[in-house]
This record gives sequence, structure tokens and C-alpha cells, in this order.
Amino acid sequence: MEITGNEIIHQYLRHNKKFPHVLCPGCGHGIVLGTLIRSVHHLGLPKDDVVIVAGIGCSGRLAVYVDFNTVHTTHGRALTFATGIKMANPKLNVICLMGDGDALSIGGNHMIHAARRNIGITALILNNNIYGMTGGQSSPATPEGAVSMTAPFGQLEKSFDTVQLACGAGANFVARGTVFHVNNLEKLMIKAIERPGFNMLEIITPCHTQFGRKNKYKTSVEMYRWLKANALDRERYEELEESKRGDKFPVGVFVERDEPGLEERYAELKARFSAGRNG
Amino acid sequence: MVKKNKGNSRVTVYPDWCKGCGICIEFCPKKVLEFDAHGKCSVVREDDCIHCGFCELHCPDFAIVVTEKKSGETAS
Repeated sequence: MEITGNEIIHQYLRHNKKFPHVLCPGCGHGIVLGTLIRSVHHLGLPKDDVVIVAGIGCSGRLAVYVDFNTVHTTHGRALTFATGIKMANPKLNVICLMGDGDALSIGGNHMIHAARRNIGITALILNNNIYGMTGGQSSPATPEGAVSMTAPFGQLEKSFDTVQLACGAGANFVARGTVFHVNNLEKLMIKAIERPGFNMLEIITPCHTQFGRKNKYKTSVEMYRWLKANALDRERYEELEESKRGDKFPVGVFVERDEPGLEERYAELKARFSAGRNG
Repeated sequence: MVKKNKGNSRVTVYPDWCKGCGICIEFCPKKVLEFDAHGKCSVVREDDCIHCGFCELHCPDFAIVVTEKKSGETAS
């Protein structure tokens, strides 16, 4: 009998780890992990050909639970480790799991340069608008006006638009999804894993414990209702008048280019030189 | 393909893995699930389940499995 849904996920988990996992009740990171496993299963990739590289933060905990090759790296440097892995063995599918603080502030530099190099990595940025693990400090993705531990009267700074940043830096594929729209997210994730070059997928995931409770979301379910009400298809968002946009944000594919990745160009260069020497 | 026949699905919740976040209970279109006395999810109206798969896909703790009933079982 064909297995479905969570039974697939149970096959990919490391059952010698302690379950349930460490994430808070209602945290969207668990849904991202489930979607990632289903996407890999859908593509039929062997477990040994997938490398999960995670940074520090709540998102870094996800790598612990899955039975792929996993690397738990230093803060913000997930992409640098992933670059090394991809250049050394281009056959591997390298997937980076990073949080918003990890990818945009400490690792912001690596993020733009990995996009510029267009190296064949799938970067999943789990944006929960806050530094969740360390106690709820403002991150570069905390929206203007939102309350956090380091901004008790509301955040004064503007937040990063991750998607525009990656588009500007030259990534091959840029998309945004939410954990509420799981089927859509799975389609985007499958694309992000199978395409060549640098593929960036931003995933909006709610953090109720550190962000929601300070910002008038009484339960984690209310944050999911907010996602349901405010995530709009990119086309529908662009049709909307600017005055009516408010909290709404676009989801979907933003950039789709077909440029060869750095590791392919490097292999071509190597082939050219070895041909020159022999002939 | 999702079959929208009522009474053909079996919903299983693993209480050890459930953290009681309530996402499945809130968004279930047929209100199949409810909180039990321990604050965890429990199945109360299994016969109403239309196998949409929402709870299974959205459970952050992988604690719900929805399967089709085996041929020997009948809808009670």
C-alpha cells in the first residue's frame, strides 16, 4: 500500500532523537520541515544525495531531526559551508535552512554574494520576524512598528524585503511562500530544489512565543489566521491599489532565470584546461 | 486524488507528539477534532472527515495521520 502524508515524514526522521521536537507549540518551522521532507520524497532523491546545512537559531534545530547528511554550522555561515560542499561535490543537492536573523543580518553578506555567484544551492529562509531562540530581539525582518524585546515601544527601523534583495543580487529563482498555504509552498520548494543555480525561497512562518504574544496575537492560531488573510498571490497583490495594501504581502514566484550555476561553469573551465593540456 | 466521501477515513492522533497548538482544531472544515481534558487534540467526529488533509499537512509535530479505512471496516 502506498504511504501518504505524515507516514512519509516518519520514514525520514531520526527516531533516535527525542520527540516531540524542541520547537514551541504552533511554531511554523515544523510545517516547513514536513514540507521539505515531502518535496524531497516527491523528487525521489536518495537520502545520501541530500545535504541539509543549517545555521544557528530555531531553524538550525530542524537539521537535527532529519535523516539526510546534515551540517549544523556557526551563526550566519550556513551558506559558506554549503558553498564548499557544493564546489567539492556538485552532484549533491545542498539545501540551506536559515532564519531571518541568520541569513539577513549576520549572514547577509554571504547571502548576497552566494546569489551573485549563482552557486547551485537551495536557500530556504524561514522568516519569523524575530530572533526567537535568543529571547525575541528585533531582527532585520521585524516589521516597522512591531514590538519586540529590544524595541518595547515599537520598531523604528524599516524591515528588509528579502525577495527584492535576492532579486537585486542576481539569484536564479526567487519565491515566497507561507506555512499556511502548504500545497503552494510544496510546489515552490520542489522547484527550488530541482532548479540549477542559486534558488532562494522565503517562507513566512509565525513565531507566537516571542513575536505574537508581544504583538496582540493571543494564540498561535490567530497568527495563522493573519497569514490566511494577508498572503496574496503576486498578480492579485500588484492589481491592488497601494492605499489598500496595508499588511498584505505577495506570495509566489518573483524571478525565474536559467543561468548556469557556478559549479557548472567551473566544471567547464576545468574541462577546457585539461583538454588543452592533453591535445 | 482526494476523495471527499464522508466516513471513509481513519484519523489517528499520536498524543505523545501532540503539543496542543490547536491549528488542526481551528481550521478543520468539518470540526472533526477537539481538545481533550489534557489540552491535546482528540478525534470526536471521525465519520464527518472528508479527507481534505489539512490537519495532516499543517501539524507542526507530525502527530496526525489520515488514512483511508481498510475494506473490511465499515462506516459506523
